[in-house]
Amino acid sequence: MDRLTPQKYLSLYIDMRRMRAIEEKATALYYEGRTIGRIYSGRGQEAISVGSTYALAADDAVAPMNRDLGTHLVRGITVREIFCQYLGRANSSNRGKDAGLHISSPERGVMVNMISNLPASLPVAVGIALAFKIRRELRVALTYFGDGASSTGASHEGINFAAVRRLPIVFICENNQWALSTATSKQFALEHLVERAAGYGIPGIQVDGNDVLAVYETTAEAVARARGGEGPTFIEAVTMRMKGHSVTDPAQYVPQSMLDAWEQKDPIRRFGNHLRQENLLDDSLDENITGKISAEIDDAVAYAEASPFLPAEEAVTDVYAEGIATTYA
Amino acid sequence: MARITLRQAISDALREEMQRDENVFIMGEEVGVWGGTYAVTRGFHDEFGDKRVRDTPISEMVIGGAAAGAAMNGLRPVAEFMTINFAMLALDQIVNHAAKVHYMFGGQMKAPVVYRAPGGGGRQLGATHSHTPDVIFAHFPGLTVVSPGTPYDAKGLLKSAIRSDDPVLFIEHATLYQLRGEVPEEDYTVPIGVSEVKREGSDVTIISYAQGLQVSLEAAEQLAKEGVEAEVVDLRSLRPLDMGPALESFKKTFRAVVVEEGHRGYGIGAEIVARLQEEAFDYIDAPIKRVAQDETPLPYSQELEQMALINPDKVIAAVKEIV
Ligand SMILES: Cc1ncc(C[n+]2csc(CCOP(=O)(O)OP(=O)(O)O)c2C)c(N)n1
Ligand SMILES: [Mg+2]
Repeated sequence: MDRLTPQKYLSLYIDMRRMRAIEEKATALYYEGRTIGRIYSGRGQEAISVGSTYALAADDAVAPMNRDLGTHLVRGITVREIFCQYLGRANSSNRGKDAGLHISSPERGVMVNMISNLPASLPVAVGIALAFKIRRELRVALTYFGDGASSTGASHEGINFAAVRRLPIVFICENNQWALSTATSKQFALEHLVERAAGYGIPGIQVDGNDVLAVYETTAEAVARARGGEGPTFIEAVTMRMKGHSVTDPAQYVPQSMLDAWEQKDPIRRFGNHLRQENLLDDSLDENITGKISAEIDDAVAYAEASPFLPAEEAVTDVYAEGIATTYA
Repeated sequence: MARITLRQAISDALREEMQRDENVFIMGEEVGVWGGTYAVTRGFHDEFGDKRVRDTPISEMVIGGAAAGAAMNGLRPVAEFMTINFAMLALDQIVNHAAKVHYMFGGQMKAPVVYRAPGGGGRQLGATHSHTPDVIFAHFPGLTVVSPGTPYDAKGLLKSAIRSDDPVLFIEHATLYQLRGEVPEEDYTVPIGVSEVKREGSDVTIISYAQGLQVSLEAAEQLAKEGVEAEVVDLRSLRPLDMGPALESFKKTFRAVVVEEGHRGYGIGAEIVARLQEEAFDYIDAPIKRVAQDETPLPYSQELEQMALINPDKVIAAVKEIV
């Protein structure tokens, strides 16, 4: 496993900060009526998508969820692309035909697009890993799913198949304590979801999802196992959804005390403090980072708002790869 | 009579049936404290408690299957899918279990379950969350499929569905929740499998249901200003399908347009047109038209989505081609 060099620590920090700032901006745009919803905040979970995606090699594949903006940033999806996507513009990843964080970019390894149904992309990511194995490529797939999505047949079938075939894949369950208003106590009877790994016959590791270095290291070990032919790993990243389910959910069902307790464990502040202790960050550098990020975001929003929508006649294109006209069945 | 929304009408039907019959209970994702994806069961958890308003994990197969099982074991579950798009995950439980046990086991067992499923396009929810897959479910004998287009019918049909001994898929078009209409205070039902003329006219017959009904009624009003009187028939139930009023109307107007929100290919319109030509061939004076969703997954972008969906202008254009 590659250990991160301290020099790289700073980029982890910057990507977590970018993720948070982008989501804050997207939320603000929503309240100003400049974008329509479909904003699912990963606030408080930044360490998971950022830390784990850093553990991948350039030609590995990743299938993020809707709170995994960090994955896109680490994979090099630009902030302009992200705002074009939020705003449903023609020059976004899916050309305005879908929205939210349903971004894919196969050439940058964001191979499996989130399609909304949960966790529909998990078995598909398993298929990506299967193809790697069939072609004897030493490549790995990484996918994420929620504590809520863990209750679906798709997650059980996908993980079991990957386990049986020892496929090169890493499953990260982001246990953020909530699935919409449903608490984990109503989702599963286990105390720790990670115990399920034993039932699949694969290693299960619980990690502090608010500790970006721990997430990175745990994922890197799992990726190394997968690449080495030892099959999948089930990682439970324990964290907290700090906002409502979506921008429209005030989440009054979440006890304030719970939010207060988790606020103390904020992954960005925590890692920032660590960097300061290591003399890798100080106030002036931090301010510099803030300035760069807001300039990057301002540019992206202006660019996205000036970008065109897809022309109406394009509604019927791309239905088939063979380009068959589709006015009739 | 009070003018209430379709959402309220469905809510009222549920509440009144739960008060009438203690075997009626609700299960589904976020139906409890949250009050349902479209707030239909808001307040129910407080009123009826955990025992009768049961949240499930994110497990559509369990919603489909366990509701069928509880129904086979004497209860009257009303299972809610957050949206009909997720009901497709439970297709096997619905069509192979709920809809078949009575037949396969010689009538010994019945599964009087109601599946409620909001659906439809037009809300910029993207391709996977905007389906109108009514026809998929309506294809299977053994399953009853209803989809109301007015608050009155919504309340009456849901009561019939809950009291029915057969499994019923109750499809609610999400854009109709705010639609208001007159609904009596007293208990009433609307029979399943009975179509109804919603507007009288003599020049052309428009056959539709659910959101398509409202689109058709709007088109009919505009056509009237141009001197074309359309008769609008509301199917209300897709299975069993009552062709009576549609045939009667067609035999008077000799012209018909079928309006549905789902895709045109292999759609409701295909079925209705086939039935019209089978049962009223001698009355056909013009091609029977279909107005339906374009043959593409629904795009997110507003303009593109609206272009792919049905609207009154498309219905008017179809009518004008044949009158
Ligand atoms: C199959 C399916 N059923 C229901 C939904 C509706 N839904 C969207 S998000 C969500 C909660 C997801 O919770 P979790 O998996 O814990 O992910 P989180 O939102 O916490 O990131 C639900 C029920 C869905 N998208 N897919
Ligand atoms: Mg969750």
